[in-house]
Amino acid sequence: MNIFVIMKRTFDTEEKITISNGQIDEGGAEYIINPYDEYAIEEAIVLREKHGGEVTVVTVGDREAEKELRTALAMGADKAVLIENEDLDELDQFTVATLLATYLKKQEVDIILGGNVAVDGGSGQVGPSVAEILGIPQVTTVTNLEVSDGKATIVRDVEGDEETIEVSLPVLVTAQQGLNEPRYPSLPGIMKAKKKPLETLDLDDLDLDEDDVLVKIETVEVFLPAAKQAGKVLKGDVLSQVKELVSLLNSEAKVI
Amino acid sequence: MSKKVLIVSEVRDGQLRNVSFEAISAGKAVANGGEVIGAILGEDINHLANSLLHYGVDRVVAVNHADLKSYTTDAYQQALLQVIDSESPEGIIIGHTALGKDLSPRIALKLNSGLISDAVALEQDGEDVVFIRPIFSGKAFEKKKVKEGIVFATIRPNNIAPLEKDETRTGEITNITVDIRDLRTVIKDVVRKATGGVDLSEAKVIVSGGRGVKNKEGFKPLQELADVLGGAVGASRGACDADYCDYSLQIGQTGKVVTPDLYFAVGISGAIQHLAGMSNSKVIVAINKDPEAPIFEVADYGIVGDLFEIVPILTEELKNVLNVKETV
Repeated sequence: MNIFVIMKRTFDTEEKITISNGQIDEGGAEYIINPYDEYAIEEAIVLREKHGGEVTVVTVGDREAEKELRTALAMGADKAVLIENEDLDELDQFTVATLLATYLKKQEVDIILGGNVAVDGGSGQVGPSVAEILGIPQVTTVTNLEVSDGKATIVRDVEGDEETIEVSLPVLVTAQQGLNEPRYPSLPGIMKAKKKPLETLDLDDLDLDEDDVLVKIETVEVFLPAAKQAGKVLKGDVLSQVKELVSLLNSEAKVI
Repeated sequence: MSKKVLIVSEVRDGQLRNVSFEAISAGKAVANGGEVIGAILGEDINHLANSLLHYGVDRVVAVNHADLKSYTTDAYQQALLQVIDSESPEGIIIGHTALGKDLSPRIALKLNSGLISDAVALEQDGEDVVFIRPIFSGKAFEKKKVKEGIVFATIRPNNIAPLEKDETRTGEITNITVDIRDLRTVIKDVVRKATGGVDLSEAKVIVSGGRGVKNKEGFKPLQELADVLGGAVGASRGACDADYCDYSLQIGQTGKVVTPDLYFAVGISGAIQHLAGMSNSKVIVAINKDPEAPIFEVADYGIVGDLFEIVPILTEELKNVLNVKETV
């Protein structure tokens, strides 16, 4: 099987966010593979272990993203592709989806996996957008995936309900939590990853001009939420605390 | 400048979802005096069209088709594109629900438009509409506007207030016939698992448990508290990882991001990744035995103590108060 994973490098979820000069401060932040993309990588490796073939992990980013691509290779992916964005002043979901899809169009694809959302931007647009550009079906927020005879049987999470879907390949699926437990890279895995192919592409390599990937949405401002005032920790025995809480919820907060 | 705006409503379990009414309110703001049209898709759904009028749309376009009974990407994409083709809206608003998330990016690409996802508020900036949306699951926010194409946005449930319902409002309800073909996905089975019928993303009250609930059984008192308030049960990553509950309940930067009116964090210490998912709730109550737990820094009200003692008493007390309220 020709298995592709679209991946994003994101801030670690334990990072605090600060803003300097009107931008998210990226200095000193720890980066990780977007956790939902990690499920996608794990599932891709499981598919290859069952059906053979090759797993290629693709990302759009700057040079630093090589680190997360190497992590994916250390987990067990076979090849990595970095589509460099350094020529571009601005990126939005349209830009990223177009870059990924342009690369993928030239490949033989059986299945594409990605996270259902990235924990930074949080739009969840890129997966479905890539599927649309490629003209293939999609199944989003999947929690189970079985492939046989050119067909996928997929369980997806629909706001807590479980829907079982059947679809022919090629298909793009986006991973939901619960799909699997991503493996940690092993030491031999890390050693092997250093020798696995990591290809870097730019706009020219994809026969794209900057005009082809111009953003359609612009960011006007980035800001932090107002700091929360320290709350009220109640005192007294349990019953009086509970009574006070109920009365506060009723008369002060007016939520019950 | 006024705009013609299309609201794509959503039917779930035979009812219009609240977010559809919220979308009308957002759509009115985008329309800026222009016409607001409500689209409703499904099978045998015309009886719901009046509600859209009551909540402020000027008229309704209804699409009835057997293939629209349950949502599939292909069927809804084809049907909605035909509605858009006949109406040529300059703005589209959809709820940021499972359906909205799955469908909107594909529609935006077909229309050669951008898409602003998961907006929680909007404001007018001269001629432009600016949408406010959380990033890093609410650790920060950004303001976005459209540079090219129509004004297309999905809105997060529970954040934009719907307009006052007015049952005297009327308007035209037009049925349009759509052609749906070549469906590539087939739904084989649906298992309902959503807790007590209250969806986390739309719940007004959420009672969440963490590692402090200790095991699966430990969620029972939380469910009882949620039931009294007509709320839903959620969980922290710690509780899900420890297998006390299903991952579908997880709230946090991985998991669901929620903004209920009232959030109970029970036995949850308050890791940054969990806070990202819930700290924009309107009122937060923390119950934890550790007075140093970071959850108390975001809580409006805190009780330090044993959750297994406190929660049942709280449930009883709420029952009493709510009963009194009902009988008054």
